[in-house]
Amino acid sequence: MQPCRLAARDLACRRGDRLLFKGVGFELQSGGALQLAGPNGIGKSSLMRILAGLLRPYAGQVEHDGLRALSDERPALDAHRPLGEALDFWRRIDRAGEARADFGLQDLLDVPVRFLSTGQRKRAALARLAASGAQIWLLDEPLNGLDKHWSTAVQAAIEAHRAQGGIAVIASHQPLQLQALRAVSLLDHMA
Amino acid sequence: MRALWTIFRRDLVLLVQGAPGRGGAALPLLFFLAVAMLYPFAVGPDARLLARTGAGVIWVAALLAAILPLDRLVEPDLEAGFFDQWALRGISEELLMLLRILAHWLSFGVPLMLAAPLAAGLLGLDGAQLWTVELGLLLGTPGLAAIGVTIAALTAGLRAGAALGGLLAIPLAVPLLIFGAGSLQPSGEGGLLLLAASSIAALAIAPFAAAGAIRAGRE
Repeated sequence: MQPCRLAARDLACRRGDRLLFKGVGFELQSGGALQLAGPNGIGKSSLMRILAGLLRPYAGQVEHDGLRALSDERPALDAHRPLGEALDFWRRIDRAGEARADFGLQDLLDVPVRFLSTGQRKRAALARLAASGAQIWLLDEPLNGLDKHWSTAVQAAIEAHRAQGGIAVIASHQPLQLQALRAVSLLDHMA
Repeated sequence: MRALWTIFRRDLVLLVQGAPGRGGAALPLLFFLAVAMLYPFAVGPDARLLARTGAGVIWVAALLAAILPLDRLVEPDLEAGFFDQWALRGISEELLMLLRILAHWLSFGVPLMLAAPLAAGLLGLDGAQLWTVELGLLLGTPGLAAIGVTIAALTAGLRAGAALGGLLAIPLAVPLLIFGAGSLQPSGEGGLLLLAASSIAALAIAPFAAAGAIRAGRE
């Protein structure tokens, strides 16, 4: 995998007329991982969207080398289609190789996405992200709805991705068991 | 290029076949034919009156049929996060919108043109008039599709999006209606040219306006 980098400098975010946070900065090199923590509504998801380039920061900038992939609460999978076809749609667009992690979805490929449970849908979204071949993973609450087994498996997949030289930014209020995990608490950056 | 083809194929299948909660291309088509069928009942069987006003009815029906699928043109994909994922992959919104206009046109414009002879029969139009109607639909429906996608992108995510979309699209489509129906008047040859011109203008602006709306919606 190509070396990659993700750096945030002095980011601030404004939603409406409220300044959510300011002065958020960090730099991640290949293999790095960062957890964004903080209570609900503090701006974790907004920061993720800023890092993904979907939202313009109120101040500061994001620099990145390498492709970014985002997994948030919207899986971007056609609800009426079988899971296999819905994932194939993105695989054809991304033209990446077979995903390393299948997140136990083998038996569900014939099931329409709308029949999947919350946890299964989450795993499907993570499988889409893992199959995209992007180096920088932006994971917004990746463990929501996952049971203990899959929560461990997803963290193992993140570790495997880092071992290959990838970067992971994880917004989660759950404790993560990841090696050399850096943490940014948005509570420290409240405006 | 292959990514765009994959996206276009999905757009087209979703718009033609429909999906649960989305309805397919059959709905605007049936609506169009229903209007053409009901009109003679309403004004009576006077063949001369029908033939004189029928073409206008076809155009009104086509305009309203184009508005029917507005709420499923952009909103469901925006809601499900597709546009964000495409943006992350660096696919430009302008191209996506152009593809969607094309898919929308194929799913309502072409079926309307195929149904127009049937509607013309119900309304008692003669062969020459039918020919002009078909030509007008060929020139005008791409413009209607462009306006439809633009309005759908502008109103996606709004609470009263569907109703508002219809109200916004109608005034924008009025020039197409006037030139389309006007081309059937005895001295209306210029109508088709003006129709083509307004259609092209709508097509030229729509991808940029719709893409801007999608991007603005992210803020």
